[in-house]
Amino acid sequence: MTLPNDLFQFFGLLGALLLLARPFGTFMSRVYNGERTILSPILTPCENLFYRICGVDRTDEMSWQRYALAMLLFNLVFFLTLLGMLLAQPVLPFNPQGLPDLSWPLALNTAVSFITNTNWQNYSGESTLSYFTQVVGLTVHNFVSAASGMAIVIALIRGFVRRTTATIGNFWVDLTRSVLYILLPLSLVAAVFLVSQGAIQNFSDYKTVPLTQSLSYDKPKLNAMGSPMLDQAGKPLTEKAIAKEATIPMGPVASQEAIKELGTNGGGFFNANSAHPFENPTPLSNFMEILLILLIPAALTRTFGVMVGNPRQGRALLGVMLFLFIAAFAVLHWSELASTPMLHHLGLIGGNLEGKELRFGLLGSNMFSVATTATSCGAVTAMHDSLTPLGGLVPLSLILLGEIIFGGVGSGLYTMLAFAIIAVFVSGLMIGRTPEYLGKKIEVREMWMSIVIILISGIVVLISSGLAMITPSATASMANPGAHGLSEVLYAFASMANNNGSAFTGLTGNTNFYNLLGALAMLIGRYVPAIAVLAMAGGLAEKKYVSPSLGTLPTDQFPFAFWLTIVILIVGALTFFPALALGPIVEHLSMTGVN
Amino acid sequence: MSKHLSEQKSIFDAALLRAALVEAVKKLDPRSLWRNPVMLCIEIASCITVITFIMSLTGAGREPAWFTGQVSVWLWLTVLFATFAEALAEGRGKARAASLRKSRTDVVAKRLASADPGGTTTTVNASQLRKGEHILAETNEVIAGDGEIIHGAALVNESAVTGESAPVVRESGGDRSAVTGGTTVVSGSVVIRITADPGETFLDRMISLIEGAKRRKTPNEVALEVLLIALTLVFLLVCANIYPLSIYSVAATGLGHPVSLTVLVALFVCLAPTTIAALLPAIGIAGMDRLFQKNVIALSGRAIEAAGDVNILLLDKTGTITYGNREAVEFIPVGNHSEREMAEAALIASLADETPEGRSIVTLARQRFKLDQQVMPIDGEPVEFSAGTRLSGLNTAGKQYRKGAADSLVAFVHGLEGESIPSDLAQVVDRVARAGATPLVVCCGTEIFGVVNLKDIVKTGIQERFCQLRAMGIKTVMITGDNPLTAAAIAAEAQVDDFLAQATPEDKLRLIKESQEAGFMVAMTGDGTNDAPALAQADVAVAMNTGTQAAREAANIIDLDSNPTKLLDIVEVGKQILMTRGNLTTFSISNDIAKYFAIIPAALLSIYPQLGALNVMRLASPQSAILSAVIFNALVIPFLVPLALKGTKFRPMPAEKLLISNLMVYGVGGIIVPFVGIKAIDLVIGLFV
Repeated sequence: MTLPNDLFQFFGLLGALLLLARPFGTFMSRVYNGERTILSPILTPCENLFYRICGVDRTDEMSWQRYALAMLLFNLVFFLTLLGMLLAQPVLPFNPQGLPDLSWPLALNTAVSFITNTNWQNYSGESTLSYFTQVVGLTVHNFVSAASGMAIVIALIRGFVRRTTATIGNFWVDLTRSVLYILLPLSLVAAVFLVSQGAIQNFSDYKTVPLTQSLSYDKPKLNAMGSPMLDQAGKPLTEKAIAKEATIPMGPVASQEAIKELGTNGGGFFNANSAHPFENPTPLSNFMEILLILLIPAALTRTFGVMVGNPRQGRALLGVMLFLFIAAFAVLHWSELASTPMLHHLGLIGGNLEGKELRFGLLGSNMFSVATTATSCGAVTAMHDSLTPLGGLVPLSLILLGEIIFGGVGSGLYTMLAFAIIAVFVSGLMIGRTPEYLGKKIEVREMWMSIVIILISGIVVLISSGLAMITPSATASMANPGAHGLSEVLYAFASMANNNGSAFTGLTGNTNFYNLLGALAMLIGRYVPAIAVLAMAGGLAEKKYVSPSLGTLPTDQFPFAFWLTIVILIVGALTFFPALALGPIVEHLSMTGVN
Repeated sequence: MSKHLSEQKSIFDAALLRAALVEAVKKLDPRSLWRNPVMLCIEIASCITVITFIMSLTGAGREPAWFTGQVSVWLWLTVLFATFAEALAEGRGKARAASLRKSRTDVVAKRLASADPGGTTTTVNASQLRKGEHILAETNEVIAGDGEIIHGAALVNESAVTGESAPVVRESGGDRSAVTGGTTVVSGSVVIRITADPGETFLDRMISLIEGAKRRKTPNEVALEVLLIALTLVFLLVCANIYPLSIYSVAATGLGHPVSLTVLVALFVCLAPTTIAALLPAIGIAGMDRLFQKNVIALSGRAIEAAGDVNILLLDKTGTITYGNREAVEFIPVGNHSEREMAEAALIASLADETPEGRSIVTLARQRFKLDQQVMPIDGEPVEFSAGTRLSGLNTAGKQYRKGAADSLVAFVHGLEGESIPSDLAQVVDRVARAGATPLVVCCGTEIFGVVNLKDIVKTGIQERFCQLRAMGIKTVMITGDNPLTAAAIAAEAQVDDFLAQATPEDKLRLIKESQEAGFMVAMTGDGTNDAPALAQADVAVAMNTGTQAAREAANIIDLDSNPTKLLDIVEVGKQILMTRGNLTTFSISNDIAKYFAIIPAALLSIYPQLGALNVMRLASPQSAILSAVIFNALVIPFLVPLALKGTKFRPMPAEKLLISNLMVYGVGGIIVPFVGIKAIDLVIGLFV
């Protein structure tokens, strides 16, 4: 675990990513443009059949309003289906453990979580959900929620490409192509690969195995109502218990795992998520999972570049993402390597391994943590709660920046494009031109929409975390009161409002407060920006093209990329500095003060 | 321009400052401040601090009254500085509008029953005139309204509008028929058809434009305001978020107090983009005012901003790129004549020629060979230029001196049965024509002396201006009625990027439409009626004030001096307005970093003493830290007023370099300056506390 080896692996990951992103991005642009690809001979007949069954006319171009309506209706139908499935779980098949239905706030939160591509989990998969729910409910949503995001960003790209027209494509076609040509084939390959590494894929009953060594533990005493009994001091009463055997949950894991990473969904089959050996068996599978998380968001920058007719435009955005990604990883890895004074005091050197899956070590865990929060994935191999304060600041900041460093599938790029529009606007003024991006003038409508896209999640985080802090039932959910507990709550709402879905852990999320307010945060954080993106796409498509000249600021060159990076960091810092000061920053200052 | 400078007041003239201060206080009225929502929020915040001040006076608050009182005073000053900047920007325009208004009052008109100048007239007040009516204007009368001369010619003093005291000729027909209400007929008598109803005349529009009464925010200004309002909203929420977070932190640590309302309000005001929001209206108003100082009237702020975006500039050759008239620059003898003989012949042939070209031949001949009076014939019979012969000259002492185009002159010589056409004539004529000049052949009887090289003189310094334009990314296209050969030569000399030769109005219109379809912004200057369609099509259309009514109506910018290179100034001001906005926005937002480092540790220190580590400026106490940030935030506005009113200096350079250079000054500078400023103010406060 030497530094050169770490650097080699990290840059090896980025190298592999860049190598794959380019051809894959080109492939996606051909898919969305309806051009012929290597998969066409097999998949085009399926696609046509699908349209014929559903009555979709592929030449039917939609206005942005129709496109948005189709997207919302589609999501609504899937939301209701999933909600029904969660509430009716006992009567549905493939439930070998006989798991009961979910409480309605939890079902609501979970259904919202999966349609919004958040995959925030206020439950443990293995003890709450049946195989039917996992496969027909969640896995299907992992595909369609990701495809929805991809369709939206493609519509936005069309807005830039098209001139003086009112239409931005057909939602049903974009959705179908996303699933059929991109998500399904890749998931298939990835799932087979994961099985080869040891991920499981079955519908068996949970297995009970004897422990090689029996284990004694304190078990809380429960009263007749099933809630813990307390002594006079208010502490839970416990009794000694001995465990001789363990139950090992089974299930169709590999199929869900593949799309979980690829669609930046992040909802684990098991509570332990990608730290579970059945989900993520080997260091190689860990590497591949990270790659899968980053692949589509990174490749979409290439798709964007190709579709707008200038790959350099996509490369500039990719450069900004890469820079921030490397910087985030550097801070996190350095902070975890430096560990904490408390661990040093105990004589534990060699980095902070608390909360990390030892099979992957510091490096594998840290790479995963950065990748999962830079995108809107939210799968985890390490418990972010156990990171050092500055280390924990990194995933939190990555989420708070708006999930744009690669970002969610589709949502990452469209949020980044909104940032680019803000950056273009201010820099355009600074060089004395009414601003334009990709040949389209940036005017009042684009400003409104871009601001909604980049700020709405932050606004939701500020309001909901503020509410939580003065709600006694909400602060009671913290595992560690004080600055760390504040970070837990801030992280929870950041994760939900930005549709990430990872948890800082430590916070008991399955309460009415977090279920309901969280569901609202996820809905606003997903659909308000999505509608704004489509409205902007419609407006852009209607505009005429403005030719670049010497006086136009090139948006595919270093100065603009540099400026865009600064805008992203400043907007993030200005919005969240006070909250972060009361969370991770003061925790770090207190911790180093101990020294 | 110098004639206007004398009447121009400095922006910081004492009288203007006083008037602006009074106006600034009036503008604190929320009903007028609502046009600037960010500053309205600051005013509401200021009101809240007045309440917290009263509370701390009564001992209800935790903070000492000197602190809440000071915060309140400086917040009010922040708002006042903002309204003051706007009032100051409007001040100079208002003064000029007042003087214009004087020239409009109490004018009477002689209304004619018909367009017949001999018809009976009735005396009516100017305000009763309507579009389409006819009036008679005679010597020493003020023209009662905007209109077009349909009969006669007059010398008109337009100083009321243009500041130019030399009278100009206005006559019916042609491109100089428009007259403006408020101007005075110096001599002559004309019949005018009124073209604007009262209240809509040029003078009325000018007054309301200058006063800013009708000033509408430009789309770009609104878009920037959207950004500022959104940032303000976010900062409002940030401050609102700190309160519950601090309540929780107090409960969790058992230390300190939740952040007080005064501190939250102070933080909000410091974070909100007050600097740019305060100066935003002033930037636009001052930009238009700077154009007024250059005698350019923009009929909308939008046109000026569009001028900053222009990629293609269509310029009329005559009067813009070249001085209006061709000049003789060279005498080229042919056959066995000497240059001096040639010059003498040309001089005599041109003596009776009063055209500028003819006079320039006389001047050149005198300069080159000191040809004095002896050479001059005492008398002679002038031969006027006629369409039939296309020659002009002088018959004197039995000799026929003629000058004219080569083919006409050769025909004339052949007509006199002269045979001796010098063999090198054709070659010389061809050479001169190829260089873009006009060859004028001179003869005496059947004897051809040589060729006068009549050249279009490109204005001095015009190449540099085109170079500047090119550096800004603006392509210049010369429009001329000349043949392509001449046009190409002049285009090369003036260093324009392209030219349109033998241009008809349809050609101009087509060129503009094609450029616009290819995604370019087109600016054009014009004065004639035949320019009107092209002007109406162009994105930025500058009409000369001497131009026709049609041209002036089609344009969105009017140049009172009728100097076509003004477009360059307009482009510059347009860019300056945008750059000033962009730079101040960047500066304003960059400032927030230092303010965070001043206020956040101060506000939270009682809960978490560890946060003292963030007090990188080592400010003396929490209260002085917060106060220093508030004072800095207020004072930076008056400090930047001169920049807002004069505009960022514009240097033509490629976009990327310009961005980097402005980022260094206003971005990096915006980060550093408040650290220094806040620390300095803190030190000063330390002297008193």
